[in-house]
Amino acid sequence: MRYVVNRLIFFVVSVWAAVTINFILPRMMPGDPAQAMFAKFSNNLTPQAMHALELQFGFSNQPIFMQYVTYLKGLLTGNWGLSFTYYPTPTTTVIGQSLPWTLGLVGITTLISVFAGTGLGILIAWRRGKVLDTTLPIASLFVQAAPYMWTGLILLYVFGFKFGWFPIAHGYADDTPPSFTWAFFLSALRHGILPAITIFLGSFSGWLIGMRNNMILTLGEDYVTFAEAKGVRPMRLVMMYAARNAILPQITSFAIAIGNVVSGSILTEVVYSYPGIGAQLNAAVLQQDYPLIQGAFLVIALAVLLANLIVDLLYSRLDPRVRTGGAAV
Amino acid sequence: MDARVPVLELDDVSVVYDSVSGPVQAVSDVNLKVYQNEVVGLIGESGSGKSTMANAIMRLMKNNARLTKGTIRVNGRDVYSMSKKELRTFRWSEMAMVFQSAMTALNPVMTIEKQIVDTFRSHRPSMSYKEARERAVDLLKLVRIDQKYLSSYPHELSGGMRQRIVIAIAIALEPSLVIMDEPTTALDVVVQRSILNQIQELQKQRGFAILFISHDFSLVAEFAQRVAIMYAGRVVENADAKTLQLGQEHHPYTEGLLRAIPRLTHEEVEIQGIPGHPPDLLNLPKGCAYHPRCPFAAEACKQVRPALHQLAHALVECHLYDEVKGGNMAWPSRQTLSKSTT
Repeated sequence: MRYVVNRLIFFVVSVWAAVTINFILPRMMPGDPAQAMFAKFSNNLTPQAMHALELQFGFSNQPIFMQYVTYLKGLLTGNWGLSFTYYPTPTTTVIGQSLPWTLGLVGITTLISVFAGTGLGILIAWRRGKVLDTTLPIASLFVQAAPYMWTGLILLYVFGFKFGWFPIAHGYADDTPPSFTWAFFLSALRHGILPAITIFLGSFSGWLIGMRNNMILTLGEDYVTFAEAKGVRPMRLVMMYAARNAILPQITSFAIAIGNVVSGSILTEVVYSYPGIGAQLNAAVLQQDYPLIQGAFLVIALAVLLANLIVDLLYSRLDPRVRTGGAAV
Repeated sequence: MDARVPVLELDDVSVVYDSVSGPVQAVSDVNLKVYQNEVVGLIGESGSGKSTMANAIMRLMKNNARLTKGTIRVNGRDVYSMSKKELRTFRWSEMAMVFQSAMTALNPVMTIEKQIVDTFRSHRPSMSYKEARERAVDLLKLVRIDQKYLSSYPHELSGGMRQRIVIAIAIALEPSLVIMDEPTTALDVVVQRSILNQIQELQKQRGFAILFISHDFSLVAEFAQRVAIMYAGRVVENADAKTLQLGQEHHPYTEGLLRAIPRLTHEEVEIQGIPGHPPDLLNLPKGCAYHPRCPFAAEACKQVRPALHQLAHALVECHLYDEVKGGNMAWPSRQTLSKSTT
């Protein structure tokens, strides 16, 4: 219980830190969003309009502390500012529209990759030295060694352009607008397959080899030998005594991976012109869309922190030693 | 002596580790019997093959170790002719082992209760969880641990408690043979003593045979009825534990070990170590493996492997007893011994 409270306090403090850094960083950059907006209109803005913009962005000449209070108030009330690129759409709307795509594509693919890699890692470690163990890690490493945007381009060229099996861009077809229909769902699925394969190939090897190595170390532990000696059935031995311990480091990597899910696989999304938050962030950087960048960063930071909180709590369920702080050796 | 029923029979057992630099002969031609209800000590310095032998008996050898010769029978059944399935159920119900490393022999993410229950249910699938739990409670009582610790995880217990639990798991299925591989090495002296007393008590109560592996000579001499002494993978002497003292006929190595024990009860006893180092198992000396360190080494010792000699209280593998039968050996005086050791 104390552990959970500690984690929660840590979470709140780090959220506050992330929010504050997100406030400070743009203010340390030269220029301000209004000036950037001004430049965007080719300097054709009257001073009055300029002033109106400044007010709208919350860039008053208030003391910095007051600005901070206004900023926090805005965050809590959902007023995260307006995007330049899609002016005058609020950044929350832009993020809200692109986030589900990324969560769907990168999130599901990451889960598949984690489960497949971990499961196969257990299998090949158990059957160490057999055919699958001698081929799969090398093959997967070979694929992962290629830059994943390059893999994406190749897949796009071969299966999208040459064979025409899959669409070459976007998240869904123009004639099936987002709605809860089969047509849209299938269209989204078809659009998602190539980017999903790209992301899968780029991450699978890490999970596979990580789990295999953990397993081989754990299989050498005394408690596994002892359990084998006391007659535990092979399946239970591998799962409850070996894999159950070997999976712990994977959980930590998973926390980091969840953070990456929200930030999106930027390059993959760009290659496939996917409407996710990665592509959006890329566009925002190119357009110097400060409010959108700021909003996206905040969402990513919050997601990483939240993922870590969940994993910390999950970890304490999986490893009893964490709960007591590992007092006894 | 032979009217008793052997629970463990080793016949000409040899174990080899395959290594990059060639085969390492860890155990060579070992013959050993352990009878029902008997406590046999197995002594030797590090690397003499004690643990290898324990693992070989349990058929728990790691990948690069293999039995190259001989048979190992437990309760009359050849351990190495069983299928993996048979072995899984045979092991632990007939022979069990307490590991050297009590601290790491329990699964860190499983409660004590589950780990004990697993032992029962792996062997008796029909046993209900409730019944297995009741047995676990009984077992803890047996090793004098409060049953509230059933829901604890290993890291919440002290080393002594963990070792007690490992012992409890070892005797859970009432095996006729329990191998104890330095069961108290990782514990402090006080805990060591209480665990030993407990093992002794349990052994009397339940009547299983123990093969007690240790490098603590005085401890084994006190604890066991018979002691086998290993050197460089061979059992060089198999003696009645009571006769393990100076002045009796022994293998020169045993003699050397005896001289190396500090005794609190005796005054002015010179403690002497054995000169030299244990031999390289990759390249064992010809003849008797002990000859480079033996103060009595003769020409024959360097060439011919000595035969077994039945002495009054011991079976000894040494050339010293070749000619002189009947125990009329004249050991060299203390002076000559000291000279050869310095």
